[in-house]
Amino acid sequence: MKILVCISHVPDTTSKINFTEGDSRFDTTGVQFVINPNDEFGLTRAMWFKEKQGASVDVVNVGGPETEPTLRKALAIGADSAIRVNTEATDGFAVAKQLAKVAQDGGYDLVIAGRESIDYNGAMVPGMLAAIIDANFVSNCISLEIDGTNAKAVREIDGGKETVSTMLPLVIGGQKGLVEESDLRIPNMRGIMMARKKPLTVVEPIDVSAETKAVSFIKPIAKSEVILVDADNIDELVNLLHNEAKVI
Amino acid sequence: MSILVYTESENGKFKKAALEVVSYAKAIADQMGTSVTAIAVNADNTEALGNYGASKVLLIKDESLKAFNVKKYTAIVESAAKNEDAKVVVLSSSADSKYLAPMLAVALEAGYVSNVIEAPSGVSPFTVKRSAFTNKAFANTEINTDVKIVGLSNNSFGLVETGGSASVEDFSPAIPDSGITVESVDKATDKVSIADAEIVVSGGRGLKGPENWGMIEELAEVLGAATACSKPVSDLGWRPHSEHVGQTGKPVASNLYIAIGISGAIQHLAGINSSKVKVVINTDPEAPFFKAADYGIVGDAFEVVPKLIEKLKVFKAANA
Ligand SMILES: Cc1cc2nc3c(=O)[nH]c(=O)nc-3n(C[C@H](O)[C@H](O)[C@H](O)COP(=O)(O)OP(=O)(O)OC[C@H]3O[C@@H](n4cnc5c(N)ncnc54)[C@H](O)[C@@H]3O)c2cc1C
Ligand SMILES: Nc1ncnc2c1ncn2[C@@H]1O[C@H](COP(=O)(O)O)[C@@H](O)[C@H]1O
Repeated sequence: MKILVCISHVPDTTSKINFTEGDSRFDTTGVQFVINPNDEFGLTRAMWFKEKQGASVDVVNVGGPETEPTLRKALAIGADSAIRVNTEATDGFAVAKQLAKVAQDGGYDLVIAGRESIDYNGAMVPGMLAAIIDANFVSNCISLEIDGTNAKAVREIDGGKETVSTMLPLVIGGQKGLVEESDLRIPNMRGIMMARKKPLTVVEPIDVSAETKAVSFIKPIAKSEVILVDADNIDELVNLLHNEAKVI
Repeated sequence: MSILVYTESENGKFKKAALEVVSYAKAIADQMGTSVTAIAVNADNTEALGNYGASKVLLIKDESLKAFNVKKYTAIVESAAKNEDAKVVVLSSSADSKYLAPMLAVALEAGYVSNVIEAPSGVSPFTVKRSAFTNKAFANTEINTDVKIVGLSNNSFGLVETGGSASVEDFSPAIPDSGITVESVDKATDKVSIADAEIVVSGGRGLKGPENWGMIEELAEVLGAATACSKPVSDLGWRPHSEHVGQTGKPVASNLYIAIGISGAIQHLAGINSSKVKVVINTDPEAPFFKAADYGIVGDAFEVVPKLIEKLKVFKAANA
C-alpha cells in the first residue's frame, strides 16, 4: 500500500498571533512551527500501517523552503520520503489542487490529511482533494482499518460516531483517535540522523489560482474584566446570567 | 438567480442551525436583491422555513437518504444550486455540512469560506469575516469565484423571524451511487451535542476523577446543556474523547460556556473563545481562565456546583 500523508506546517499551539504589513499577513517573527497536530495523529497511524501491514509512507507539504524542517521532522518520525511543492499556500483550493497532482502522479492508495489545520482552520483541503481526484472521502476520521482494498473507518459526527465501510483509493481527514496521544513519537537521535539521508524532493507547482483571499486580519478586541461573584452569593450569578447576559 | 441554503433536519425536524442559516441567507439575499431557496431532505415542517426568510423550499423525500451520505448529499445540493442558478450557497458548521461543503465547492467550482461569523461586509467583492487561528484572530476574506459557498459558524448570526411564508416544491434530482456505506451510527439521542448546544458545561482536571462528574451532568441537565471537558480529562479516560474541546478538540460556539476546574490554558481557550458568555469556577484566583471569562467564582467546585444546581432549579421553577 502506498500512503501519502499531508503535512501542514503551523504555528505551535502556544504562539502569539500577530500580523504585519498593515494587518494583511501573519507575522512569523519568533513563531515556532510544528507539524499540525491532526497530521501528527495521521502520520503515526501511517507508521502503524507501515510496520504492521507493510506500506510505504511519503509526506507532502505545499509551501516555501521554510517548511522543510517540519518535513524533516516527519522523516525523523519514520516517513520514507518527503515532497515539497514549492509555492506559497494561498488558499485551501489551490493547496488541494497541488496535492491532487502529487497524489495522482504518485499513484497513492491512501491519502491521510488532517481534519483541519490549526492556523487557517479551513477544514477543506482533504474534501477538496478527494473530490478533485475522485477518491472516497471520510472526514473527522477517528479510526481506520485497511484490509486489501477495503477500508473500515469511524467518523465523528455531532453527538456520536458513525462506522462506514469504503474502498481504496481513499482520502481521510484525520484527528485524535486514529492513534492516541500516548502513541505519538518524539523523533530520537537515530531517526534524526536517518532523516538527513532520506529524500526530500522539491517539485514545482502546477498553475492554479486561489479562489479566496484573506485581505486583512483582525485581532479580537481585548475583553473587559471578569465580574467576580462571591461563592456564597450564587443567586447573584443566576441573576447576572438571566438579566445581564440574558443567556438563561 | 437566488441564494441557496442547505437546511439539516433530524427525524423530520429542522435543527436550530438550519433556521440560523436561513436567517443568514436572507440577509445576503437582501444585500444582493434576490430571494432564498432552501433545500431540505426528509423534513416535515418545511413551512417553518418561510418564517426565517425562505421563499421556496425544495423538498426531497427519500428513505434511502435517511443516513447522511456525503456523495449523495453533495450531488443533491449541487443539482439544486444549478437548478436555482444559485450565486451563493450557505451551510452550517455541523459535522455533516463541513463534510459536504469542500466537495460541493469542487463540484460547483465555487470558492468556499468556512467559520464565517457575520453577514458579508460587501457583496462586490464578496467579503466575509471568518474566525482563524483557532479564534485567536479573524480574517476578512474575499471570494472571487462566480458561485460562492459560505459556511456559517453556529450561533454566530442568530435567528431572525420575518413572518414570511415559503412555497414547497418536491425535488427529485438524480442521486449517484456512493462508494461509502454506513454500517452503524452510535449516537446518544437523549443528550444535546456540543455542536448543537446553546449552553455547554465543561469540567477539567480540578474535578479530581470521573466519579465526580455526576454534578456536572446534573448541572447540564438543569440547563439543557451539553457536557464537555478539557484535554487531559479525556486523555486520562475520565470522559469520552468526543467531549474534549479546545484547539485540538471540538470547537465550542455556544451562548454560554461554564468551565469548572479548568485552568484556562491557551489551547483550551482557543477552542472555546467564540462562545458568547463564559463563566469560570476555580479555586485559584490566578487561574488564567479568569482573564478570559465574563463571570467568575473563586471557590471549590464541590461546594459551588451543588449550590448552583439548587439555585438554578429554583430559578427554573419560578420562570417556567
Ligand atoms: C499541542 C497541545 C494541544 C492542546 N490542546 C488542548 C485542547 O484542545 N484542549 C484542552 O483543554 N487542552 C489542550 N492542551 C492542554 C492544555 O495546555 C492544558 O494542559 C489543559 O487544558 C489543562 O487542563 P485542565 O485545565 O483541566 O487541568 P489543569 O491545568 O490541571 O487545571 C485544573 C484547574 O482546576 C482547578 N481546581 C483544582 N481543584 C479545584 C476545585 N476543587 N474546584 C475548582 N477548581 C479546582 C485548579 O486551580 C486548576 O486551575 C493542549 C496542549 C498541547 C501541548
Ligand atoms: N500547505 C499544505 N501542505 C500540505 N498539506 C496541507 C496544507 N494545508 C493543509 N493541508 C492538509 O489539509 C488538512 C486540513 O487543512 P485545512 O483545510 O487548511 O484546515 C491539514 O491537516 C493537512 O493535512
